[in-house]
Amino acid sequence: MAETTHAHAEHDDHDHKPHGWRRWVFATNHKDIGTMYLVFSCIMFFTGGLFAMTIRAELFKPGLQIVDAGVFNSLTTMHGLVMIFGAIMPAWVGLANWMIPIQIGAPDMALPRLNNLSFWILPFAFVLLLSSWLVPGSAPAGGWTMYPPLTLQLGASFPMLIFAIHMMGISSILGAINVVVTIMNLRAPGMTLMRMPLFVWTWLITAFLLIAVMPVLAGAVTMMLTDHFFGTSFFNAAGGGDPVMFQHIFWFFGHPEVYIMILPGFGVISEIIPAFSRKPLFGYEAMVYATASIAFLSFIVWAHHMFTVGLPLSALLFFMFATMLIAVPTGVKVFNWTATMWRGSLSFEPPMLFSLAFLFLFTIGGFSGLMLALVPADFQYQDTYFVVAHFHYVLVSGSAFAIMAAVYYWLPKWVGRMYDMRLATWHFWLSAIFFNVLFFPQHFLGLAGMPRRIPDYAVQFADWNMVSSIGGFVFGLSQLLFPYIIWKCVRSGKRVEGTRAWEGARGLEWELPSPAPYHSWTTPPTEAMIARGAEH
Amino acid sequence: MYRARLGIRPGIWLGIAALLAAAWTASPAMALDADNPGSSGWRLLNLPVGVTSISRDVYRIHMIGLWVCVAIGILVFGVMIWSIVFHRQSSGAVADVTLVHNTKVEIIWTTIPVLILIGMAIPAAHGLVLISDDSHSQLDIKVTGFQWGWHYEYVGTGVSLVSKLDAKSMAASELDSGISPYSVPHYLRNVDHPLVVPVGTKIRLLIGAVDVIHSWWVPDFGIKKDAIPGYINQSWFEVDADKPGVYRGQCAELCGRGHGYMPIVVDAVSKADFQAWLKREAAAEKAATARASSS
Repeated sequence: MAETTHAHAEHDDHDHKPHGWRRWVFATNHKDIGTMYLVFSCIMFFTGGLFAMTIRAELFKPGLQIVDAGVFNSLTTMHGLVMIFGAIMPAWVGLANWMIPIQIGAPDMALPRLNNLSFWILPFAFVLLLSSWLVPGSAPAGGWTMYPPLTLQLGASFPMLIFAIHMMGISSILGAINVVVTIMNLRAPGMTLMRMPLFVWTWLITAFLLIAVMPVLAGAVTMMLTDHFFGTSFFNAAGGGDPVMFQHIFWFFGHPEVYIMILPGFGVISEIIPAFSRKPLFGYEAMVYATASIAFLSFIVWAHHMFTVGLPLSALLFFMFATMLIAVPTGVKVFNWTATMWRGSLSFEPPMLFSLAFLFLFTIGGFSGLMLALVPADFQYQDTYFVVAHFHYVLVSGSAFAIMAAVYYWLPKWVGRMYDMRLATWHFWLSAIFFNVLFFPQHFLGLAGMPRRIPDYAVQFADWNMVSSIGGFVFGLSQLLFPYIIWKCVRSGKRVEGTRAWEGARGLEWELPSPAPYHSWTTPPTEAMIARGAEH
Repeated sequence: MYRARLGIRPGIWLGIAALLAAAWTASPAMALDADNPGSSGWRLLNLPVGVTSISRDVYRIHMIGLWVCVAIGILVFGVMIWSIVFHRQSSGAVADVTLVHNTKVEIIWTTIPVLILIGMAIPAAHGLVLISDDSHSQLDIKVTGFQWGWHYEYVGTGVSLVSKLDAKSMAASELDSGISPYSVPHYLRNVDHPLVVPVGTKIRLLIGAVDVIHSWWVPDFGIKKDAIPGYINQSWFEVDADKPGVYRGQCAELCGRGHGYMPIVVDAVSKADFQAWLKREAAAEKAATARASSS
């Protein structure tokens, strides 16, 4: 037995791995695949960001100066698709790949080859989607929500859009299956469900959401495909179909989808705030139950995205009440994070700064969400910049900031080096301030009556649009610091001594040496290690 | 261990800068000339109260929502900021690691939000019931959205009209048109033929579309309803008898490249003026039909 352990330790030290391109193309190691997901996500973040910068440049002042109205619609559509399916979701899968096995004491993901497949589908999906810029009729322009009949008017990009969505969906489903199987089967002895770190818990619930709703999206777009090419009339009113049915099906996917993008963020924040408050998370069990309730509620609120389609009064009332109910578990989470900081011993390293920004700004997004739930008021907000402001508060300062917090938290563990903390702090302050300059005025624009998805606007909207665009340019440019900081850290960061990069960090990942060995937990962690990580 | 040297200090300076910017924005110097829409944009911060009973209800519900959120925000952000300021490691705070669970507190902060939500849901549900009651209308208008404009039909009168973006806006809105949007009156919010309605009259809209989904929205009336092929959606409004005027809105559902260019303009006139206008239009339409059949 002792000999086996020793042999394993040797094995770990050698870190033997395939070299050259084979290491990546045939990758089965969860760390390599996680890295590929994160790099891919970063490329997509800047691709989608470029679209956003063009949008903000066009909206800098009234009149059309840069792109025509058709291209503008393609830009908003592609910005949404690329950021959601290309940047945020793959970033979370990448973090899941890197962290879940390490955090539960498993040697790898349960299905390593499936893992390889689920990643390598993505580049093909996005080459297909992005190359639609080159075909006749240009890129999809019907909005990322793809409502028919408008989306059925697309040119050659239509089938490309549908098949790209299919591929992204398959990739997500395979990734989610892998996460569920890994968490259910590969936890180290002693790592009971209620001792798991919250990032693992939130990802487990997210994975179930993905498996439940990605096929629904695939079904919706497939019906649209047959409407377009095979003469069916699922969504064609002239053939007895129903365009509103698409919206019901789409949002049955779409609402859980927004929680798919935010729940892992809740998990990350629940790891980082305790670490930098030097205090265990307040109300661990309540956090788990709140996450599960949010996931359940996410299935019964979809129609709040379509309050103006002409739903009957009873449906409006039901979806209003159900939507308002989400504020309760979400409130519990915010209160628990606040209570975790209360009487703690706080310090403000970059991961904590991004988590605090998450806490404040996501809560603001939650407030506007609560206002949007009030149906009569929603009749005014629906499809205006108020909605644009709302979902960027929950998606940028929610998901994207949580991803950045996670990278700044775990990067020292991944590469065994510390990044330039001063530069990362500037990255934080520029992001946090100019995020608000970018998106806060959009609340005003929406309330004043500016619809979303318009390439040009009446002159009374000019002032706040200019402020928003300036905020957008600085916010966008300051994101270039992020890959630079990571690159610099990987190349020449100061080496991290010992296992723990942060004084208050707890969990199995901080029991491993830094950088985490290529093959980790080939022998399970000890009960003492698990107990240290699960102090709550 | 690694420590942040910069920490939250830049935030203090940037926060002061943001406050100064906000003060500058709110200052009277910014609010120059109400007649020049270019300079009054800074003051457009909130929903319009509007000119119908619905829009006033909606405004009230919106303000209840807003103030509830502001109050909760002050409370929650206050506690967070208190921790950030007073429970800092650098000022010698020691973590109270026993503070991990408190059933009583957790029950309280689950129950109180539920009560607040009920308090918000009651006026919202009440308002919604009122908005949904489109019975006893005095005038029905069929609204049909198309790419890109609106067709209006005064049901039972034989009068109908097509309403599209006005020519001046159209010319100025071309890519690199060289025409300043500021030189066009009501740029992108003006039409060739506005919808004419009487004030003090309950008007029911029957809303549909011929090609893709559009959405009919006039903020001052507090209503927005999607125009969907295959559907007839209903909505209603009654402009206050003492508030005749021109009210403007835009299509609110992405409907293709012309989505930003299909404004809605409603000219609310006195009942007598409306009857006279309707008579004129009916006669003109009759004459046009007669001309068409005789030639």
